[in-house]
This record gives sequence, C-alpha cells and structure tokens, in this order.
Amino acid sequence: MSTGVTEKTQKTIGGIRRKFAPWNDPQAVPLISYKNVTKRFGEFTAVDNLSLDIYEREFFALLGPSGCGKTTLMRMLAGFEDPTEGQITLAGHDLVGTPPYKRQTNMMFQSYALFPHMSVWDNIAFGLRQDRMEKGAIAARVEEMLKLVKLEKFAKRKPHQLSGGQRQRVALARSLAKRPKVLLLDEPLGALDKKLREETQFELMDIQMELGMTFLIVTHDQEEAMTVADRIAVMNHGKLVQVAPPAVIYEHPNSRYVADFVGDVNILDATVEAVEGGMVTLRPSVAPERRFRIAQDCAVKPGDSVAIALRPEKMRVELDPPADTGINCLQGEIWDIGYLGDLSIFHVELPGGTRVKAAKPNLTRMVERPITWDDKVYVYFSPDAGVVLTS
Amino acid sequence: MRKGLSWFNVTSITLGFAFLYIPIILLVIYSFNASRMVTVWAGFSTHWYVQLFQNEQLLDAAWVTLRVAFLTATVATVLGTLAAIALTRYGRFFGRTLFSGMVYAPLVMPEVITGLSLLLLFVAVGIDRGFWTITLAHITFTLCFVSVVVQSRLVTFDRSLEEAAQDLGCPPFKTFFVVTLPIILPAVISGWMLAFTLSLDDLVIASFTTGPGATTLPMRIYSQVRLGVTPEINAACTILIGIVTVVVIFASIMTKRQEVEREKAERLAAAG
Repeated sequence: MSTGVTEKTQKTIGGIRRKFAPWNDPQAVPLISYKNVTKRFGEFTAVDNLSLDIYEREFFALLGPSGCGKTTLMRMLAGFEDPTEGQITLAGHDLVGTPPYKRQTNMMFQSYALFPHMSVWDNIAFGLRQDRMEKGAIAARVEEMLKLVKLEKFAKRKPHQLSGGQRQRVALARSLAKRPKVLLLDEPLGALDKKLREETQFELMDIQMELGMTFLIVTHDQEEAMTVADRIAVMNHGKLVQVAPPAVIYEHPNSRYVADFVGDVNILDATVEAVEGGMVTLRPSVAPERRFRIAQDCAVKPGDSVAIALRPEKMRVELDPPADTGINCLQGEIWDIGYLGDLSIFHVELPGGTRVKAAKPNLTRMVERPITWDDKVYVYFSPDAGVVLTS
Repeated sequence: MRKGLSWFNVTSITLGFAFLYIPIILLVIYSFNASRMVTVWAGFSTHWYVQLFQNEQLLDAAWVTLRVAFLTATVATVLGTLAAIALTRYGRFFGRTLFSGMVYAPLVMPEVITGLSLLLLFVAVGIDRGFWTITLAHITFTLCFVSVVVQSRLVTFDRSLEEAAQDLGCPPFKTFFVVTLPIILPAVISGWMLAFTLSLDDLVIASFTTGPGATTLPMRIYSQVRLGVTPEINAACTILIGIVTVVVIFASIMTKRQEVEREKAERLAAAG
C-alpha cells in the first residue's frame, strides 16, 4: 500500500495495456480546462481563482466538505451557473454563455431528478428525443442503455415503482444515453446503503472503462473518491488544495488539511533538528526526549516547526519494546480499544495527555497475550511511514 | 385508539352535521313537494323539475353562468399559474412583497368593495356592462385562489427536474410544457375547479358588474326569491347541489385512488 502510485492501465487496440496518466504528459491536451475561474454569490466566494485541467477518459473526483465549492465547480461546467470571472473550455471551445441545453455534458443529479410522469423507457429516451434522433435509433440506444444498467425488465415502470438502487440506475442510463463528452455525477451514490454503494462504485468504474468516457464526480465521501477516481482534487474554501491520484493523496498529502480530510491520521507537532541525505530528524513536542527520523525529501531546515502525519495502520502497537526505543517510538497507556473485526483500533495516551491511534490487524482468531485497557505499550513506526507537513 | 365512539363524540358529530346539512336536506325535500306552498307538504311530485326546464329565463341564466364560469376559470388558471411561478421562482425581485400582497388582497377583500371598485372602473373606462364585465370581474377575484393552490404545489417542486430536462437538451420554454406542467397539473386542475365553482355561485360581484341582458343564475334565483320562494327554485338548487356533489366526490375519489396506487407501488418497489 505504501509503495508507488496506482495508475489505471487501459486496454488499447491490440490488447496492449498501458499506464493511464495523461496529466504527467506535457503533450496531452486537456478535455476540460478551468482557467482562473471565480464564482461569487453576493459576498460569498464559492470558487476562488481556480485553474484545473481534466483529460479525456479520466475519472476525476472533486472531494471536499460541504460548502467547499465542488458542486458549484461542476454546475458551472453543466451551465447552471456562470463564472463571475475566468474561462471554462470543453474540447477547446469556450463554454461561458452557452446555455445548459446546448452543452455536450450530461449530469446525474443527487436526487436523480427522474421525471415522475414518464416511464423508465421515456426517461432514458428524453434526451435523445430532444436531439430529434430517428425513432429506430432512439429505441436501439434506449435498449442498449437498459441492458448496460441491467433494467431491461423495468422499462415500462414509472420511477415511483422502483427501488432506490434501480432509480439510481435509471438516472445513470438517462445521463449516459446521449453519449456526452463528459458525464457529471453529483453525489450519485449518496442515497444508497453502504453495501449497494460499494457495488455501484465498481460498476461505475466498469461502465466508464467500457464507454471510454470522461467522468467528473462530486463527493464528500473520501472512500468513494479513492475507489473510483483516477485523480482526486481535494478542495477547501473554493480553492484546490491538492490534485493527485488517490494513492498520492493518501500517502503523500501536501498539507495537514488533506492528511486530515482523507483517511484517519495522527498529526503531531515537531521541530526539525537535522536534514541529511533524504532523512529528516525531528523532535516531537509530545515527547521531546525522543527523536523521529523520517525518510523524505522536503524543503525544511533545522529549527523549522512542522507537523508529522502518521496513519494508524502504519503504527505498530506492542507490549514488548522494539530494538531501538529512542527513534520513531513512543510509549503510553491504552486508553480505549475499538474492535472492528478485521482491525482493532487502539487509542494510546502518551505521558503528556495526547492520544494517538494505532491500528492492529487481527491476523489470527486467538491472541495469546491480548492488549487490553491500561496496558503499557510501545507505539512505533518505520522511517517511511510518516509524512512531514509544512503547511 | 379504535374503541368506538363515546356518546360525547356521537352527539358532537350529529349536531355538527345537522347544523350543516338540515337546511340543504329541507330544500331537497321541498323541491319534490306537490304543493305550491313551500312550507306545506302535499305529497311527492317531480312537477317543479318539469316546470324548471320550461322556464326560459332560468335556463338562459344558467347558460350565461356556465359560460362566465368556464371562461373565468380558464383565464384565471393561466394568469394565476403564471403569478404563482413568478412568486416562487424569481426569488427577491423588485416589488415582490407588493406583488404578492396585491395578488392575495382579493382573498380578504369584502366582495362588496371588490364589486363596487370594479363597477367604478368599468364606468370610468366606459365599457358596456354585461357578459364581459362579469367575466373580467370574476377573473380578478378568482385569480388569487388559483395562485394560492398552484403556489403550494410549486414550493415542493424539485427544481432539479427542470435542470435535468435542460441538461438533456430541452430549452426552458419547452421544459415548462413537457416537465413542469404535467407534474403540477393536478394542482392546476384543482385551481381551475375552484375558480369555476367560485364564479358559479357568485352573486355580489356579478350584481355590481352586470348590465342589461346578462343575468347569472344566482342573480336570477335571488330576484325570484324576493317575489316569493317557489318550489321551482328549490328544484334548481337541488340540481346545482347535485352537480357540485358529484364533482367533489369525483375529485376526491381520483385523489384517493392516486394516493392508494402510489402507496401500493412504493410498497412493491421497497419489496424489490
């Protein structure tokens, strides 16, 4: 998990699989381009001078808390909002001023927005009819879409005669039917229960691969973004904080904000003592007598105040001390235990009162000496487990 | 909860219904009276119904009333729906409070004042009073009722349905007719029916704004009653009550059935 960056390999003609990472290719031309886009609603700035490129065939996720501007960013691409300043281009054409019904984007709404007075069939055919497509072609396309989302048997039903999961599929089929250049998904799985949501995430990825389309998804669920996306943009207060593939976002967050928002993390304050050969030595403020050594190339110098992000699953918690207790090791007492089945989460209280979380996989059904409340434990990690954060 | 009714509840219900319906029941019974005297029962007869359909004046008045009511309901529904859309959709436009106040003023305005002011207007402008002035006056005072009914539906309307239609390539004007209107249609129809019945039984405003040659049914009935109540009027009223009852029952059965079917469908969907 800690090594490398997972990048999608795609089938190309001849069955050759290749790495998919157009954002690393300086020659690649973006499909969607936001250039210095600002959107204000009265006094409130929803999107603040933001620039972003999204490439063809990419599954791109906008991730952030509610009110961070991610939905506004998507709605500007669909045409429901116009940017106050800046430019948005789709396949080289400036979109600003083009009404939504003339844009080659389609959106799947959070509420699904299925037309209640039309059958499933008519809902899917709606967009095709607006294009005055020939009847036979419409029928063929609708059948194809019904097959894609496995709803052939439900074509004649009205939306209120469907379950939540089926409605979600109709909404997906309807937004895909016109083969848009970009499919916009606004919190598409928010209304589904956890198990169905996970299944649907994988189906979405399959569909995206199969149709070779560009998907832009807005979500506040970091697991969802990590699962489906090629790249994630983490947003806060109308700005992009980090844009990178999921593994980079998780393993190399560029700020406290990203580290904290994506996944579970311990953030400890520390002072830099020495930087040499890609190894940073730090003095943690929770235990000034100890030292942390973290393998990272970063622009810090001795005396800098920084933060260290440590993921719970990369911390070991043991009753017995490691070989060297002076480096990358903390001592404390078990404060709380969360048993999750696959993992146990231990909350360890350090002498100063700070608590850190460490996860331990439950590798066997029986443990000889289980760690329990008030046990004195050692929490330690390897030099490549932590990340030094300067902002 | 379901313990049967206590004697107190039974008494209240009986008294309540008696208060509401005894006058109407009396009217219906006496419409079948063979006697000419309204208050003296002289045996069952449908004589007055036959008489009624030979009364040209009453039939003329009924025909005028129906035409006024139909035209009024239709125009008021179009205008009232537009007003409701403006009030729910366009946020805080300049003069919104004034506009909504003015739309709803006729709801609480005494009919005499509405009638009188309209009469003054028609006189000042110099329109010949008659069929058209009654219709205009009725549109004015029924519009707000339609607007209230349609607005209450629009408040709960999911705007993303319209956005979805536009997103799929449908221009805004067409979106209104293929998406918005079909969904709010039940509210629009009940607005129409409300305007229709309001216009049908209006006496005060019609009296103020009418002219020679345009007499509505309520006006005709009222003027005949002043010369003495005849069982013929009872018969006319019974028919009116019959029509209104049928329409109301029909409308409520339709609504109920839709609700039941929807619930059934939702249960089916939930079950998989």
